[in-house]
Amino acid sequence: MIQVEGLTKYYGEHAAIRDLAFTINKGEVIGFLGLNGAGKSTTLKILGCVLLPTSGRVVIDGYDALRDPHEVRKRIGFLPDTPPLYDEMTVGEYLAFVAQLREVPASEARARVLEAEEKTGLREVDGALISTLSHGYRQRVGVAQALVHRPAFLILDEPTSGLDPAQIRGMRELIRGLKGTHTVLVSSHILPEISETCDRLVIIHGGQLVAQGAEEELARKLGGGSIEVEVRGEKEKAVAALSGVGPVSVAFEDGGVLGLRVEASPELRPRVAQAVVGAGLELLRLDRGAQRLESIFLRLTQAGGSASPEVLS
Amino acid sequence: MKALLIARRELAGYLRTLSGYIIIAAILALNGLFFNAFALGKAAERSATVLSNFFYYSSGFTIVASVFISMRLLAEERQAGTLSLLYSSPLKDRDIILGKYLAGLAFLAVYLVCTLYMPLLIMVNGKVSAGHIFAGYLGLLLLGSASLAVGTFGSALARNQVMAAILTAVMLVALILSWLVARIAEQPLANVFSALSLWNQHFPPFQAGLVHVRDVAYYLLLTYVALFAATRVLEARRWR
Repeated sequence: MIQVEGLTKYYGEHAAIRDLAFTINKGEVIGFLGLNGAGKSTTLKILGCVLLPTSGRVVIDGYDALRDPHEVRKRIGFLPDTPPLYDEMTVGEYLAFVAQLREVPASEARARVLEAEEKTGLREVDGALISTLSHGYRQRVGVAQALVHRPAFLILDEPTSGLDPAQIRGMRELIRGLKGTHTVLVSSHILPEISETCDRLVIIHGGQLVAQGAEEELARKLGGGSIEVEVRGEKEKAVAALSGVGPVSVAFEDGGVLGLRVEASPELRPRVAQAVVGAGLELLRLDRGAQRLESIFLRLTQAGGSASPEVLS
Repeated sequence: MKALLIARRELAGYLRTLSGYIIIAAILALNGLFFNAFALGKAAERSATVLSNFFYYSSGFTIVASVFISMRLLAEERQAGTLSLLYSSPLKDRDIILGKYLAGLAFLAVYLVCTLYMPLLIMVNGKVSAGHIFAGYLGLLLLGSASLAVGTFGSALARNQVMAAILTAVMLVALILSWLVARIAEQPLANVFSALSLWNQHFPPFQAGLVHVRDVAYYLLLTYVALFAATRVLEARRWR
């Protein structure tokens, strides 16, 4: 289990993060979200024991990262925003070096390297020089080095940055495969990524925690999200009927079919159905709006971080 | 031992990239040239004088080699972002510094072994004692060790290799030139500056085949202090 309490980091006068607190349970996959400059990388570097906080505590499996950095570092695998690779080594040599650095006995190192290569799909490039690898492979070697010593806790800073869609899918499957055996904290800009792989979200803005919880939970608490409706009937009538539920916008008009988007929690779908039927319109389709996470994220981060306090629970 | 693990990787890095060979080849060529042109001299000289001249020139090249060997040690890790790999691994900051320094020292030893042909030539064609050669090489190794340690410190401070080389060169030149300060300073400060000088008081005995404990102690102490400072720099980096 990972506990973060009152974590604050100043760079000179500037506070990169302020009073951050959250808890991660064993086996969870947590998505760490924030705009550029929100303090994501700083937080992850502190959790990765690369950086020391100005104040606050990080406790991993009962070990304090400041007092017992050795014990903590044995339990973590960290992929920084740029994978820390030595270009002149081969993939196999590099991973064996990292394994031994993280206290895997020399006799076991090779087996662990093969295991990590298996997980990250690197077997065919075991003997290749890292300098000759493509960006996607380099990123995968970065993930492999983070898990070669079987850490309990994996910290991945933007593992999918710069990957193509096929590689992103590969990375997503890789992270999903780690669920249960590893506790994973992954930051990303690509929201559908996070939405599909993570159990819970931690959202920071301006160096402060603005929300945490499962996506559903956040959507419910914020009353966020949207509902998509397709009806047949008069436009004015439809808009008037639905505006009782929430702000309505017309997505498309095609023949007699009207696509509408209601800015309201997906929980309110029954009310939409009632309103449509009550107005004498034909209901063709009713669904929760796509990219829910995006609307949650934007709402939290564009409001200047002034989220309602109950969201923070 | 984690420091040895780091040293082994670093040394393999020197041997696998072209830059290591270029540094050794270029300095060996210059060292050989100076040996031929100046150390051997024109007039007939005693073998011991020729050997002493060889060590005189070699000491300068050893310092230069140390600057070039040490510049990449930490600055490159920082530039490439690999420092965070070492920082996030369960090892002490002093192991990182020690490993880096030992790799540099091993590589410098490779360079020094490559220069052995010159004293051997003197030995074959003249008459010098093995003890003189041993003393001279011990001096070169100690001088190199201190310079490398200062270089490790410079490399820990700098953002990139060029800056590391410049910083190291400035620090070493200041250390060498402290005997000039000694000349204008009053006693007892003059003695302090003179004793601090990297070369002036401490290397000539080795050059002449003499090993004094105070000279050995000076170079070892300088090595320790510089490596200690480098470790503190590395620790301080964790704060920003």
